[in-house]
Amino acid sequence: MKTVTLKKSIIKSLSLRTLTTSIIAVALFITSMSLTGCGEQKPANKSVYLLLDTSGTYTKELDKAQTIMNYLLATLDSGDSIAIARIDSGSFNEKDIIAKTTFDSRPSTTNNQKRIFKQRVDTFVTNIEKGSFKTDITGGILQAADFVNESQAGEKYVLIFSDLEEELQKGHIRDFPIDMQGIQVVALNVTKLRSDNIDPREFKNRLNHWQERVENGGGSWRVVNDLERLERMFVQN
Amino acid sequence: MNDFSNLTNLWSSNTAISSLIWLALIITLLYLGRTQAHQLIFSSFRMLHTSLRLWARSISQLTSRLKQRNKEVLLAAGEAEIQTKIEREFNRISTIVQRDLSQYPAIHREIKTSIEVIEADYQNCAESAPLPPAWGDVVATITALPNNGDPTVNKILENIKQSIDDAHQQSLSAYQKSAANRHKILAKMQPDWRKLDDKMDSVKDKVDSLEERGQLIDQQMEEYLNIRAGEDKSASILATSSLTQFFIAGLVLTIAALGGLINFQLIAMPMSEMVGGTSYIGSVKTSDIAAMVIILIEIAMGLFLLESLRITHLFPMIGSMDDKMRRRMMMISFSILFILAGIEASLAYMRDLLALDHEALQQSLIGSQQAAEGSSAQFRWIPSIGQMIMGFILPFALAFIAIPLESFIHSLRTVIGLCILALLRTTHLVLRSSASLVTQISKVIISLYDLVIMVPLSIEKGIEKGIAKRAEKPVNKQKTVVETATLD
Repeated sequence: MKTVTLKKSIIKSLSLRTLTTSIIAVALFITSMSLTGCGEQKPANKSVYLLLDTSGTYTKELDKAQTIMNYLLATLDSGDSIAIARIDSGSFNEKDIIAKTTFDSRPSTTNNQKRIFKQRVDTFVTNIEKGSFKTDITGGILQAADFVNESQAGEKYVLIFSDLEEELQKGHIRDFPIDMQGIQVVALNVTKLRSDNIDPREFKNRLNHWQERVENGGGSWRVVNDLERLERMFVQN
Repeated sequence: MNDFSNLTNLWSSNTAISSLIWLALIITLLYLGRTQAHQLIFSSFRMLHTSLRLWARSISQLTSRLKQRNKEVLLAAGEAEIQTKIEREFNRISTIVQRDLSQYPAIHREIKTSIEVIEADYQNCAESAPLPPAWGDVVATITALPNNGDPTVNKILENIKQSIDDAHQQSLSAYQKSAANRHKILAKMQPDWRKLDDKMDSVKDKVDSLEERGQLIDQQMEEYLNIRAGEDKSASILATSSLTQFFIAGLVLTIAALGGLINFQLIAMPMSEMVGGTSYIGSVKTSDIAAMVIILIEIAMGLFLLESLRITHLFPMIGSMDDKMRRRMMMISFSILFILAGIEASLAYMRDLLALDHEALQQSLIGSQQAAEGSSAQFRWIPSIGQMIMGFILPFALAFIAIPLESFIHSLRTVIGLCILALLRTTHLVLRSSASLVTQISKVIISLYDLVIMVPLSIEKGIEKGIAKRAEKPVNKQKTVVETATLD
């Protein structure tokens, strides 16, 4: 009788052991999963559009733009999108896009894409001889907004590397509201013009004008003249 | 707020006087309802006290039942374990008997042959040396006779002497030859003796080994009987053993988990090259999940492998399979483990390549490519090889997780039982203490109640004393009259 009870007890114990093993296995899987993604949320894809002012004397500043581009390439990862375009007399044009790409999901392909991208921008900066006569910043921003919205990224950035002095060609209409919903616009290296030195209010007014246009369009506005702050901005996001 | 000030100024416009009237009124009310209030406080707290004691008793009973149950489980597990041990010992004895003692008839034959050879040799040794001829004494007597100077007699005697000497020499040489032969036979007996000695030693070793096993079985049987008797000492020993097992297994599992983490880091990045680095399941990268799944499959294969080898007994179904099927399962799980180890090694190599590529890109982006290429390029193969070896070895190392896992699961039941027991005991103690505390609190509250109404209580006591004194006075007077009368 006792042997039967013992056998039953052993069978029960073995079943319990199998059950415990299964529970431990599931717990191990869940724990490991939660450890790998511990407290993290799915990172949003980034879409960055860099506008380079190629008008007049601002072309001298383009080496700084190269540094920014290198930084962006180092920061962005698989699934992110990047484009670089020039601001010239009529910037609402696909021809002004120097290079654009969306990084592949495979890291090795992403690295190759970054190399090709860098090469294209370097070639552009090396070959540029003469700046444009006019500066159509609004056209460039419109083009940028289209690109970042198309990419359907979680975080959309338009970086404007310019002195923000807009000069439009005769007949070009740009004085209308721009849709910048959900886009973060960052003005980089906003240099002061000679006229700003005479009346500094002009510089302030220029910045306020663009801030107003962007914020009225639903975007957010920021000015970063110290490039180290740009790094902090991307790291925070 | 206004209502409160109205109430305080109900009896007089002076708040102090009104408050005093309120106080007097309240104290009077409290004094009048003292007995009822005391009963209310006492019965309320008594009810709480009784409930707490009841809970404590229930917990105590539950503790006893759980303790008994834990003991039973522990003893049953110990009994099963010791049965397995005893069974194994008997199997070993059976193996020894089959392997060694089955050859005993052959050994016995060899011993018998050796003894026969020795006996025959002994018999051979017993053969006596040839004696000198019987007439030798007669001849010796004749040769000892005086010759009296007769040359013929002398010659005859000389010849006889010569003949005797020759015969003696022949006898001596025959004797020496015989002795030499006997020595040879004795010399030939030596290996037979040694052989016999070796055989006897061998038999002794085997018998000793059996005796040792027998002693071991005796010890285990004693242990088994103690467990069967349900002795507390045995349960205590088993619980201690379980706890030790739990902590050791836990430590080994922690080490294995760290190994798994290293393994994960080794293959997570290259996995994104295979399944893509942008897809997510929930908030976790698909590549991370894929890497983790590979590691978990390796662990599962390790479990199956050790289960098929009958090292662990986590899955009774595998253990009860027939040998052919079990061997197949063993081969399959080992093959999968081997393939996964190979995949991990290649992924580890790919990780190294990707890391190098990424590093080169970063260097080119910051414009110091030459510096990057120039540094330690000749030793770059060392980490590559190291990572590959790690990628190949770690899956096999992780496969052994099954052994501590089994111990962990085995001892987990005891540990959980002990923890619940400790929790129940603590609850029991808290409930008992609370019950005592409640009784004390009720006494304190009753005392506080009396403190509030101490003025009417003091008056009551004074009146009671006065009445008692008055009641005593006539009695005293009567006593004095009686005493005076007696004196008179």
